[in-house]
Amino acid sequence: MSHLSYARAMDSFQATIDADSRIEPRDAMPDGYRKTLIRQIAQHAHSEIIGMQPEGNWISRAPSLRRKAILMAKVQDEAGHGLYLYAAAETLGVDRADLLDMLHTGRQKYSSIFNYPTLTWADIGAIGWLVDGAAIVNQVPLCRCSYGPYARAMVRVCKEESFHQRQGFEILHTLSTGTPGQQAMAQDALDRWWWPSLMMFGPPDASSTHSEQSMAWGIKRHSNDELRQRFVDMTVPQADVLGLRVPDDGLVYDEVTGHYSFTQPDFTELYEVVKGNGPCNEKRLATRVKAHEDGAWVREAAAAYAAKQMERAA
Amino acid sequence: MTVEPLWEVFVRSRRGLSHTHVGSLHAPDATMALRNARDVYTRRQEGVSIWVVPATDITASSPDEKDEFFDPAADKVYRHPTFYDVPEGVDHL
Ligand SMILES: [Fe+2]
Ligand SMILES: [Fe+2]
Repeated sequence: MSHLSYARAMDSFQATIDADSRIEPRDAMPDGYRKTLIRQIAQHAHSEIIGMQPEGNWISRAPSLRRKAILMAKVQDEAGHGLYLYAAAETLGVDRADLLDMLHTGRQKYSSIFNYPTLTWADIGAIGWLVDGAAIVNQVPLCRCSYGPYARAMVRVCKEESFHQRQGFEILHTLSTGTPGQQAMAQDALDRWWWPSLMMFGPPDASSTHSEQSMAWGIKRHSNDELRQRFVDMTVPQADVLGLRVPDDGLVYDEVTGHYSFTQPDFTELYEVVKGNGPCNEKRLATRVKAHEDGAWVREAAAAYAAKQMERAA
Repeated sequence: MTVEPLWEVFVRSRRGLSHTHVGSLHAPDATMALRNARDVYTRRQEGVSIWVVPATDITASSPDEKDEFFDPAADKVYRHPTFYDVPEGVDHL
């Protein structure tokens, strides 16, 4: 592209953004926009598939056939979400195999929340309710992201997420109206998952590195702190219905603003987990790499079969 | 006279929406198919982008196998949020 036509293409990119319209795959776009999206969509895709592990851990031990069928359906959905997102990333000119390689070699990240262990059945409830709940708060605004394929993938994902959150809430509701032992198990799960769930919205606005440019590009629509506040406002009344206590002594409802004030999570913990020092980082990555390697023969067999069919047809 | 191949036409009506199938046409090659699709399917500015795909390149599920093919999803009502009881007074779930 000549300098002049490059400048013109960037003008039309900016005009599309300014009009709150969508950028589509064949449009010219600044390099930084493309790179930011690839990083974000890939990280999002990686989170979906790594996120299958903590829940997959309980499929064989679900307390009833009903719960088992539901949990399998949920974990299966998360694999699908990963696929939608890898496909959206590929419209930006990257290859899924390369993205997986970056995940496997630690050059790309996934959400830190999945580096915490699922110790009891109540954790499956807490993940559905809190982790999927937080993911929904993050993902709903992404349905209006400026990049068309990402926005459309998010519409599909959000539609599927709503049962994820409900089944988690239902698990905790059953436990919290059960025996004292079950109630204690539900409370313990909330105690452990509350703070990491708040961290899912990322560092506070004051120290968030990519936010400003992403907002200007219409990739991000709300700041980390805004979304965290929205999550707290939605979730605390739900905890009341469950009869569980949110483990925050600083939690106060402000009649005037209609918002809760709450204690911020310990972000040094978030940074440590991002760096690889969470309780399950090594295990999650090793499991993922092993699954990929163990699945190699399936991919090879499928390719060999397709080649043979083609040969026969020729 | 040789028969011109059939092309399936997909139009993106505006930015942000997926391409949707709008119909088909005959044309000798992809370029002609694209131009003709513009003239046939977007005379009133119905679109901002067009895809043409050779009809022979589309693999479709067979109508005869429809039942067996889609049945596995029929008994999985728990994939829908309406399957779950939400207690009184719970919002945003
Ligand atoms: Fe998901
Ligand atoms: Fe989910």
